[in-house]
Amino acid sequence: MTAAPDQPDGATWRGWGINPSWSRLVNVRSHDGEIHRWHVLDTGPSAPGSATLLCVHGNPTWSYAWKSFLTRFGDTHRVIAIDQLGMGYSQRLGASHRPRRYRERVADLADLIDELQIGVDTALVLAAHDWGGAIAMGWAVQHADRVAGMVLCNTGIGIPEGRSAPKIIRLARSAPLRDMVCRRTPIFIEGTLRLSGQRISGTDRKAFRAPYHSTDQRDAIADFVGDVPLVVPHPSANPLMEVADRLVSIDAPVLLAWGSKDIVFDDDFAADLASRFPNVRLERFPDANHLVMVEADVAGTVDVWLHDLLSERSSASDGLTNDQSATPPRASTTTSVFDGLRCRFDDSSTAIADLANRETIDFETFTQRVEAAAAELRRRGLVDGDRVAMLTPPGIDLLVAVYGVWRAGGVAVVADRGLGLRGLRRAVASTRPKWTIGPRRAGLIRFVLRWAPRSRHINVSALIAEPVGPVELPPEPGPDAPAAILFTSGATGPAKGVWYRHGQLAAQRDALAATYQITAADRLVAAFAPFALYGPALGVPTALTDCDVTTPGKLTAEALDEACREIGATMAFASPAALANVVATATHPDKNTRTATPSVGDTTSNVTPSSPVGAETTTDVGHKYAGLAALRLVLSAGAPVPAEVLHAVAALSPNASIRTPYGMTEALPVADIDLEMIDTAEADGRGVCVGRPVAGAEVRIVTLGFDTLDGVPDAVATGDTGEILVRAPWVSEGYVAQWKTERLARPGDNWHRSGDVGHVDVGGRLWVEGRSVHVINAPTGAITPVPIERTVERLLAPTGLVTPGRVAAVGVGPTGCEQLVVVVERPNGTAGLADNELAAAVRAVVAAPVAAVLVSNEVPVDIRHNAKIDRAAIATWASDLLA
Amino acid sequence: MAYTTTAATGNGTTRVAITGASSLIGRSLATLLVARGDRVVAFQRGEFSTDPVDADVTAQVEQHRGDVRDRAALDAALAGCDVVVHLAAKVGVAGHRDEYVAVNVDGTRNVLAAAKRNGLRGVVHVSSPSVAHDGQSIVGGAADPPVAYHGTAWYPETKAIAERDALAASDGVCAVVAVRPHLVWGPGDVQLVGRIVERAEAGRLALVGGGRALVDTTYIDNAVTALTAAVDAVGPGKACAGKAYVVSNGEPRPIRELVEAFCRAADVPFEPRNLPLSVALRIGSIIDRIWSRLDRSDEPPLTRFIAEQLGTAHWFDQRAVRHDLDWQPTVSIDQGLKTLTDWFTASRTDIPSR
Repeated sequence: MTAAPDQPDGATWRGWGINPSWSRLVNVRSHDGEIHRWHVLDTGPSAPGSATLLCVHGNPTWSYAWKSFLTRFGDTHRVIAIDQLGMGYSQRLGASHRPRRYRERVADLADLIDELQIGVDTALVLAAHDWGGAIAMGWAVQHADRVAGMVLCNTGIGIPEGRSAPKIIRLARSAPLRDMVCRRTPIFIEGTLRLSGQRISGTDRKAFRAPYHSTDQRDAIADFVGDVPLVVPHPSANPLMEVADRLVSIDAPVLLAWGSKDIVFDDDFAADLASRFPNVRLERFPDANHLVMVEADVAGTVDVWLHDLLSERSSASDGLTNDQSATPPRASTTTSVFDGLRCRFDDSSTAIADLANRETIDFETFTQRVEAAAAELRRRGLVDGDRVAMLTPPGIDLLVAVYGVWRAGGVAVVADRGLGLRGLRRAVASTRPKWTIGPRRAGLIRFVLRWAPRSRHINVSALIAEPVGPVELPPEPGPDAPAAILFTSGATGPAKGVWYRHGQLAAQRDALAATYQITAADRLVAAFAPFALYGPALGVPTALTDCDVTTPGKLTAEALDEACREIGATMAFASPAALANVVATATHPDKNTRTATPSVGDTTSNVTPSSPVGAETTTDVGHKYAGLAALRLVLSAGAPVPAEVLHAVAALSPNASIRTPYGMTEALPVADIDLEMIDTAEADGRGVCVGRPVAGAEVRIVTLGFDTLDGVPDAVATGDTGEILVRAPWVSEGYVAQWKTERLARPGDNWHRSGDVGHVDVGGRLWVEGRSVHVINAPTGAITPVPIERTVERLLAPTGLVTPGRVAAVGVGPTGCEQLVVVVERPNGTAGLADNELAAAVRAVVAAPVAAVLVSNEVPVDIRHNAKIDRAAIATWASDLLA
Repeated sequence: MAYTTTAATGNGTTRVAITGASSLIGRSLATLLVARGDRVVAFQRGEFSTDPVDADVTAQVEQHRGDVRDRAALDAALAGCDVVVHLAAKVGVAGHRDEYVAVNVDGTRNVLAAAKRNGLRGVVHVSSPSVAHDGQSIVGGAADPPVAYHGTAWYPETKAIAERDALAASDGVCAVVAVRPHLVWGPGDVQLVGRIVERAEAGRLALVGGGRALVDTTYIDNAVTALTAAVDAVGPGKACAGKAYVVSNGEPRPIRELVEAFCRAADVPFEPRNLPLSVALRIGSIIDRIWSRLDRSDEPPLTRFIAEQLGTAHWFDQRAVRHDLDWQPTVSIDQGLKTLTDWFTASRTDIPSR
């Protein structure tokens, strides 16, 4: 037997951020008949009702790896981080005990748990990393009734199905190489630390190396690596497989906290474990590597998860059931996204007209192709719940593919290029699609496919072939079946994957139909291509405009009108940027490259003179656009729509109701407003009026910055500013691989935190005042940005001092005493302090004290909408400037 | 200075001594205290005031001539007082360290000792935000502890020692609160507005780093009401006992805007030269060395300390002081600027132009 390394002294422990009193040695009578001396970091007994977190490290680390757990939970819970025998400051093992195999390691853990009497009167939560995970799982399957919960970080129990062991681990099959890398030199330790890069500190690196400075201190490191069952037969292979098969018996909550950059225990291992536990949650840390608990705020996620775990336990012991998890209310089960197609399965009228590619398809053919594509997907091996990344450009093929995926039971992952390349990569990587459907492997597609290395690519033209005879299909997916993953625009942090069930999509379709009185007689033009997906679900003929999908802002009046005439459209949906260009090209046709020389002089215009703005310039040419003139409904959403643009649209489409729905990727529609209400509301409130909640949607304004874990707060008084909560049957199910984000967005009772702040006025109209993360926490209280921005724009834009949509109100300084700074975009001005005239003008119209008025050459906005101001970036810029 | 009696909160029985009472803040404070019915002992080396507008107040205050270096004179002045507001200090950027030490350090110790000997309930020690100045920008900061080293800037160094002594002297019988008004300005102020206007008129106005840094300032009336609030609040066991607070309007503005506003108020041209911060710091350091080597006692055109003050943000979290002293500023910067403009206009018309 070899001695353990000398224990650090008190100052060293403190220098590492470890309370020296946590460190202690425990003599444990072992199943092998000997007494082993273990080293543990133990924060000491905790109160009844709290938890005991037993933390099991992997290889080549030690209990220090759990520092964030010890410091964060040590005061309220008991945290015991152990050093495995032969590791850290535990006793080194003599030759007779080496190598110590998996089965013995599990028995060792059992010995220690028995000796320490862990989890006898408090809830036992196992936290484990790397090889420690396999050991902890080994103990857990034997004591499933004693496990209150498990946190597993970058670990695994077996090689995930359909792949081989990671290359780097396969090198360890060579015993001499293993000895060289793991024992005789610190290469393995250094390599592990290097993977974490600058995400771990110099102190961390020093501490991780400390117990492994000499060869004999590193024996166990090599033994652990040698215990990975890479050779056949291997003494630990069967025990591991047995444990893997029994994981299903652990019904306690399991949290997987995963560093996605890990090249050994990668996302596949997370997916493998997720499929084995019945009650599992996943939090993916896209920027973290193997030492995820050290690199990322895993403890923060565990904190939330632990709160739920303990409150569920206490309510269970009180005989209460958790309403939310027991009976999740579902959307209506009577409708489905296929209703629209079902009604028209033998209809030979146009279903889709794609003006960009000059193609049309009728409903009967469309339905047949959808079913053929679904059959082909099943034939290729797609099973229920498989994620399919849709990389096909908008058009008939994409629509057939999406409905085909749905019909086959797959989940459509819709990641558009509006996320930017980086956002698209993160989006594809985080959803881990099993399939991709798109053009043949070339150009951008080849690029994207690298981010989903284990997906199988299907060439869309092979999928959308002529249907051959009758097809065999599984039953249509039910309302609870997962259907789609969409992405937030990423205007406030990285884009999040939002997932919907079929019932929620159907409910959304129904909400749109009810809000806009859509019937089978309607015909839709989707100038915003993704909106075309609603066409087949609604069962209405749909036209796509001739405009590049990546630049909707280049849509011309001519192109929109052409699409309207093509199908005799009654409704059109266009993004605000597209509408602005439609208006511009209608009023100044010379800008429109596709338009012939405009004829002037016809006075038989049917445009009503009621529109106050833009009317005089558009009346003359309004008649030219017969398709636009015939519309009964124009919809625009996605970003704030300037009223001036809507008035100009009203002049082009005088018979149309001009509406803009309010909502978010997670919930749409929430509210709806028409032009008339915009006009009456504009001047008399704070923020942007988005109308009244649509039928079936509920809105509640609650106190700013409330704690989600405390449940749903009561509504604030009418007119008071707060965060906007939304509830509707069509609210999305959650976020992909972001459990904490999802949990913190869902305070309970099916409410969703929109992240927007605003108020409801006495007339029941909803006003949006900004994003909650952009609220300025001034000494006098919260200041919301949008009312200030709108006031400045409304009062100063007419004087030419500011440009609408390009004013930002941000805070500088520490939260609680932030100072208000107004930033105005002037592309050609000098960036920095505004001149006296502008500063005085802004101060004169803003009620709150303005510390400074700044001029920026370019206010940063999001890619997708080119409209959502990145106030966080502006605040950082302003803070630096004013320091 | 006109104060309405509605602002008065004194109960008429407080006897307040003011050292350095002949300064602008001292006279304004005396005026307010008298107006609300307090008895005021004015302690200064010369006349309390020779200005006719102060005639009423001068008649009502009890004048004690003396120097804070003179213990006997202090005892005579503080006898029977409840609170002393210690304003007397040697300010400036030039001169010998000994002079600063004698007035600012020893003088403060004398005032503290006299306060204890005479059984006062509290001392309001008027300090300076520069005592915590370490060359870094302060963004929504707290009143950090004084730092000892300030290079050759004797004023902040000696004021730092004095504040540390003062707060350390706070005990269960006689409490001490340190108040650091941040850049006080207003009509009649020669320290800040006066110098800026003088330089602007001479065409020697310069801004460091474009004057972008956000700084706190204090309109004179607010500095005075804050000191009055401190007089009322200070006492053994009170929240403010033994603590330091930065006092300001709580409306930080870029330096450039303030300087421009002062120039507009005084109707002098605003044509500043711009000195990049790094250049200003280098020049300041050089001048510091020259002035100390040549032993000059006149005011240097720039010092490193002033360059740092002008080139970095200095603004403070005002929540604690407003809570602990139960005080709010009553005059906003914009209102103050209007008063300043009126004052300049009036002083121009007072002077016969022929």
